[in-house]
Amino acid sequence: MKIGVPKEIFPGEARVAMTPESAALLQKLGYDCLIETGAGLGAGFSDKTYKDAGVTIKKTANALYKDADIVAKVRPPEGAEVARLKKGQVLISFFYPAQNGELLDSCAKKGAHVIAMDMVPRISRAQKMDALSSMANIAGYRSVIEAGNNFGRFFTGQITAAGKVPPAKVLVVGAGVAGLAAIGTATSLGAITYAFDVRPEVAEQIESMGAEFVYLDFEEAAQDGAATGGYAAPSSPEFREKQLAKFRELAPEVDIVITTALIPGRDAPKLWLADMVAMMKPGSVVVDLAAERGGNCDLTVMDEKIVSENGVTVVGYTDFPSRMAAQSSTLYANNIRHMMTDLTPEKDGQVLHNMEDDVIRGATASFEGEITFPPPPPKIKAIAAQPKKAVVELTPEEKRAAEVAAFKAATRTQATVLGAGALFMLIVGAYAPASFMQHFIVFVLACFIGFQVIWNVSHSLHTPLMAVTNAVSGIVILGALLQIGSGNWLVVILAAISVLIATINIVGGFLVTRRMLAMFQRS
Amino acid sequence: MSIGIVSAAYIAAAVLFILALGGLSGQESAKRAIWYGIIGMAVAVVATIFGPGISNMLIILLMVAAGSYIGMTVAGRVQMTEMPQLVAALHSFVGLAAVFIGINADLELSTVQNLLAAGGDRSTLAGFAEKLASKDAVEISILRVEVFLGVFIGAVTFTGSIVAFMKLAGKVDGKPKKLPGGHLLNATALAASVVLLVVYFGNGGLLPLLVMTVIAGFIGWHLIMGIGGADMPVVVSMLNSYSGWAAAAIGFTLGNDLLIVTGALVGSSGAILSYIMCKAMNRSFISVILGGFGGTTGPAMEVEGEQVSIEADGVAAALEDADSIVIIPGYGMAVAQAQQSVSELTKRLRAKGKKVRFAIHPVAGRLPGHMNVLLAEAKVPYDIVLEMDEINDDFPTTDVAIVIGSNDIVNPAAQDDPNSPIAGMPVLECWKAKQVFVSKRGQGTGYSGIENPLFFKENTRMFYGDAKASLDNLLKLIS
Repeated sequence: MKIGVPKEIFPGEARVAMTPESAALLQKLGYDCLIETGAGLGAGFSDKTYKDAGVTIKKTANALYKDADIVAKVRPPEGAEVARLKKGQVLISFFYPAQNGELLDSCAKKGAHVIAMDMVPRISRAQKMDALSSMANIAGYRSVIEAGNNFGRFFTGQITAAGKVPPAKVLVVGAGVAGLAAIGTATSLGAITYAFDVRPEVAEQIESMGAEFVYLDFEEAAQDGAATGGYAAPSSPEFREKQLAKFRELAPEVDIVITTALIPGRDAPKLWLADMVAMMKPGSVVVDLAAERGGNCDLTVMDEKIVSENGVTVVGYTDFPSRMAAQSSTLYANNIRHMMTDLTPEKDGQVLHNMEDDVIRGATASFEGEITFPPPPPKIKAIAAQPKKAVVELTPEEKRAAEVAAFKAATRTQATVLGAGALFMLIVGAYAPASFMQHFIVFVLACFIGFQVIWNVSHSLHTPLMAVTNAVSGIVILGALLQIGSGNWLVVILAAISVLIATINIVGGFLVTRRMLAMFQRS
Repeated sequence: MSIGIVSAAYIAAAVLFILALGGLSGQESAKRAIWYGIIGMAVAVVATIFGPGISNMLIILLMVAAGSYIGMTVAGRVQMTEMPQLVAALHSFVGLAAVFIGINADLELSTVQNLLAAGGDRSTLAGFAEKLASKDAVEISILRVEVFLGVFIGAVTFTGSIVAFMKLAGKVDGKPKKLPGGHLLNATALAASVVLLVVYFGNGGLLPLLVMTVIAGFIGWHLIMGIGGADMPVVVSMLNSYSGWAAAAIGFTLGNDLLIVTGALVGSSGAILSYIMCKAMNRSFISVILGGFGGTTGPAMEVEGEQVSIEADGVAAALEDADSIVIIPGYGMAVAQAQQSVSELTKRLRAKGKKVRFAIHPVAGRLPGHMNVLLAEAKVPYDIVLEMDEINDDFPTTDVAIVIGSNDIVNPAAQDDPNSPIAGMPVLECWKAKQVFVSKRGQGTGYSGIENPLFFKENTRMFYGDAKASLDNLLKLIS
């Protein structure tokens, strides 16, 4: 089958869904690759490099759509592109089916099978085709670069001959993929980085990237990221108030604010309000990665960079990945290629659209003329972290009562055992002769010592313990030695054999124990 | 040597034995403690040989020399993975010796009684015979019970240990097998032994004793045949216990306190080990001894998902990224003789500054503490080898858990599925680690024959193949 990649028609979109590198790998899967002329120019891939990789160049988009069985692109299709779709053609792109209902309808009517790269479920197996994450990673990186571009100072603190430069302070709001990437970039440039997220469980991830987690002193049932597919959920009004208060406290200090807070299927929450911008120092920068969905900052204007009255730059670009087209095309093309690998289990260049597969089912928005969005929840939960079961704290009185009860129970069992033991001893003592009782005392005491001593033996030394008790139980040799002087030849023979095997036991047991113990070494 | 000096030597030996066992509480003190045991044994044997009433010195020296030679050869040659077999084989020796000594006691008793009945001179008797001659009727009866018990326990230990040895050495199939009639047969044999005890108690005579020896031998054989391979830790420690009780019974017969003390020490040691092993499997001692698992109380939980396999390069990449690694060895590691490769892997990972630890389940392997010995042999330092309780809480912060040839001890069904045959058994919660690799021969189930949901978990990858070969492949990728 043939995979075709058209030139993106969205203005300013520089990304492309196939790179020469990914084309080579797709061909290994058995596919023929087509590309519209000039499609890769924005990302720095000329037609020649594609041709060298074995890709057929198509002069027009029409010709490409006509030939291709599978169309892979970046942005959702627009009017003219939808019109070109054929029945049974597979379309792979970002689609946002929840927002683009009409578009999905028209594609389904056309009979195209739409695979939405933004709908790939967030499970471990599907990470390699999670295009949202790979794009978010780039956006996070680029947001810091963009901030630095508009920020008139160093990120890192320096003490130079010409004077001391304080380090920049960066606040990252929202520690998703983009937020974490931004934290990493900002810290590696030398800034002091703070980060905030409504999900307390990401504190560890934030700290692992080198930023300081901004703790909120707030009592609320912690959000369980696992239940929402790893995304944040809306927070309560009280929580929001507390959060804004914290931001107001930070606003005069920070030089750069990068906001990445998004909640799936909703407008971006307003977190960096106009008064906070007003509090910031002149020359500070706010980069709003949520601009496409209304922005986290009050002042954000989508796709534009504005300067506030007090000289704070607010960047509202929405095309960060496209601004790094070479990098984002490479990663996106790889995501597409991994998706194709899953769609081609036989590696024979034929698509097997397996609707039983969680990942493929989840990403498919329309199939054989039917709309298959939204998908059923995946069989496997996103993140395994389970909430800890609450341990019931006992009050001191209850604890005390439980201890007393346990103590009483232990006393009762011990008394019973001792009583029974004493009774048994009395019965034995009543009938047995004195000579037996003497030995019996020794026996019982030895059992007690044995129990006391053995409980202390370390678990790791159980094998040496068995070997040494084995050697020690060779003590039966004494019995044989006492009998070997008998006048009866049969007794002598049996005793002699006993001496022999008991000696094997003693010598073998001790030597093997020594060998084992010598092996135990401290590191 | 007078009887007083011999007694003093016995007291010294008993104290030394107790110190020897007590010293096993730590790895370093154990190295000293073993010398206490050796010295104690030497003192006891030398005191007995040079004590009163011992003759046929030539035979003794010959046998001791031969036994020492054989013992040294065996101890020097045995592989650490063969330790379970060796321990089982040595138990059978104690059992056999106990049987012989018991029968001897009976033979001597009849000799002495015939002599006395014929009006012979008591002063011609020496050693053990002399002691027998001085016993009155009640003491003789008690002696008979002691002889009978000693021989019975000895015979069960003997055949049981031989079966355990053959199972552990792979000479017979490890699966539980029973003759038709099952436990009823054992019960009948036991009842027959009791009847024979009554007969022997009344009249004495060699015949009931010998018949009982054969029956007891059958019980030992049949009992252990009915117990499966994975329950061997319990079986071996149980036989260890029996060998001690047999020695104690012989001590009563001979009126020798040192034998009684030592036998009691060994017997209680084995009993405690059996108890610990049973506890670790959440099963009662009785159910282990009767063999097989109890019936399930309902249908097992459905296992969802699929087993995803992975190759050595994937494992190597994950190990490179990991900071904290826990290795869970099982019987499979012993079978594949993979402990050296595991040790090498540990060394290399530790050299890279990674935190590598071992998690040992109490019943991992075929002998209590089996894994510790194998790892020690391969020079894995003992302070990174941890018990289940010490490490179970650390799994959530572990990056990679590697399961090498263990199955039931890492089965989450024990916690999740109340209908599972192993429900309630404490297990290593390795599935809480970020990633789990399972080195395993194929897709088969463990000893208990139940599916392991761990293998189907989202964060589990199956690293199929012989453990040693797999690890050697892995080592090529980790420098």
